[in-house]
Amino acid sequence: MPHDHHDHLSPSGHPYRADDDHPLTYWQQMEIAVRELLVEKGVTTAEEISAQIDTMDARSPANGAAVVARAWTDPDFRRALRDDASAASRAMGFDIGPMKLIALENTETEHNVIVCTLCSCYPRNLLGLPPDWYKSRAYRSRTVKEPRKVLAEFGLNLPATTTVRVHDSTADMRYIVIPARPEGTDGWSPEDLAKLVTRDSMIGTGKAKSPDAV
Amino acid sequence: MTQKTNTFDGRRWHDMGGTAAGPVPTDQHDFALWEKRVDALMVIASSKGHFTVDGLRRVLEDMGPEAFETMTYYERWIASINQNLIEAGIYTTAELAQRMTEVAARGATYGEAASG
Amino acid sequence: MARPQVDSARYMRVRADMPPGHVRTPSYLRGKTGRVERTLGPFPNPEELAYRHAGKPLPLLRIRFSMAEVWGADAANPDDTIDAEIYSHWLEPAKAPHAT
Repeated sequence: MPHDHHDHLSPSGHPYRADDDHPLTYWQQMEIAVRELLVEKGVTTAEEISAQIDTMDARSPANGAAVVARAWTDPDFRRALRDDASAASRAMGFDIGPMKLIALENTETEHNVIVCTLCSCYPRNLLGLPPDWYKSRAYRSRTVKEPRKVLAEFGLNLPATTTVRVHDSTADMRYIVIPARPEGTDGWSPEDLAKLVTRDSMIGTGKAKSPDAV
Repeated sequence: MTQKTNTFDGRRWHDMGGTAAGPVPTDQHDFALWEKRVDALMVIASSKGHFTVDGLRRVLEDMGPEAFETMTYYERWIASINQNLIEAGIYTTAELAQRMTEVAARGATYGEAASG
Repeated sequence: MARPQVDSARYMRVRADMPPGHVRTPSYLRGKTGRVERTLGPFPNPEELAYRHAGKPLPLLRIRFSMAEVWGADAANPDDTIDAEIYSHWLEPAKAPHAT
């Protein structure tokens, strides 16, 4: 799964690059100026900005994986997630802010995939920041018209008997896909099951890993 | 005099669904500290009611396709955040101008310029 | 303007308007008809929020469109679907687009 691979990950699961010794760009110059002005005008503080970065860093696909694994093992939670995915995620202890979440279940006959054609809306308050490809022109343009071709580029080839349901995040809701539980995982704990849940499987561009992959 | 045919149908550049495009790119860039700060400024300023995510998007859209192709994601964001904050009256263009000049005078790297 | 019929109709057609400015209705869905999947909201109108206005609360409907309806003969898998959230002022009650 090439899209999931990174060599150096921050605690959030995002690659991280120190940039202190690179030449200053115009836009970095603007960031520093805007940040300092916001602190001086009393809009925010340096501590609040650091805390917000920490909050965002703590959000990662591992949060979503825990939600998915619980849905696989707890039918009551699965129903709660279907009814109100925001409330169910918060009940598990995840700070998702004001995000309004809908969970979409993949089955043998239905496969869900998420895109935002107008910008790059993503369930960032649960899964962390989106991958670059999610924000690309190619993904945003093609997923609503030729989803099967796009999924094939991710190594996911779906049979004609599976209906593909594309979800364009056009407004206030955000989406998470609950991938199908892999075969051969009967009796697994939620903790072990969560290791099978990839970021891409929760966007719908992948499946959960098979048990022999871990 | 020949009249130019105007074929614009009102569809805006960011409204990409269904248009032709190449393969989905697989490269992933590393988030830098300054980008995380831009993200944090957006969350904080919008949660305090100074502008909305729709205000952010409106300016990004008005920046046009050239900005999408030539600037990075968080470069576009800081440009839009700045525009929205000026519109909100948080600071003036003159204040920003002076501060940017001061920032650049501190040093040639982000690290030097950011430690004011 | 209230559109009570929006909440009860089973199928909706997206208005085919092409205004300038910030809107959240994708152009590829304008003029297309789909089934109401669920009703959400009310949420403040983003077309007003974007310009520093308060934003009138509006129902938000998730509409499910078939690929056949959206892309016509270009649809490789006509029964695959696209769901999108559309604010009620963009929607008009409609008949089912085709036999399903």
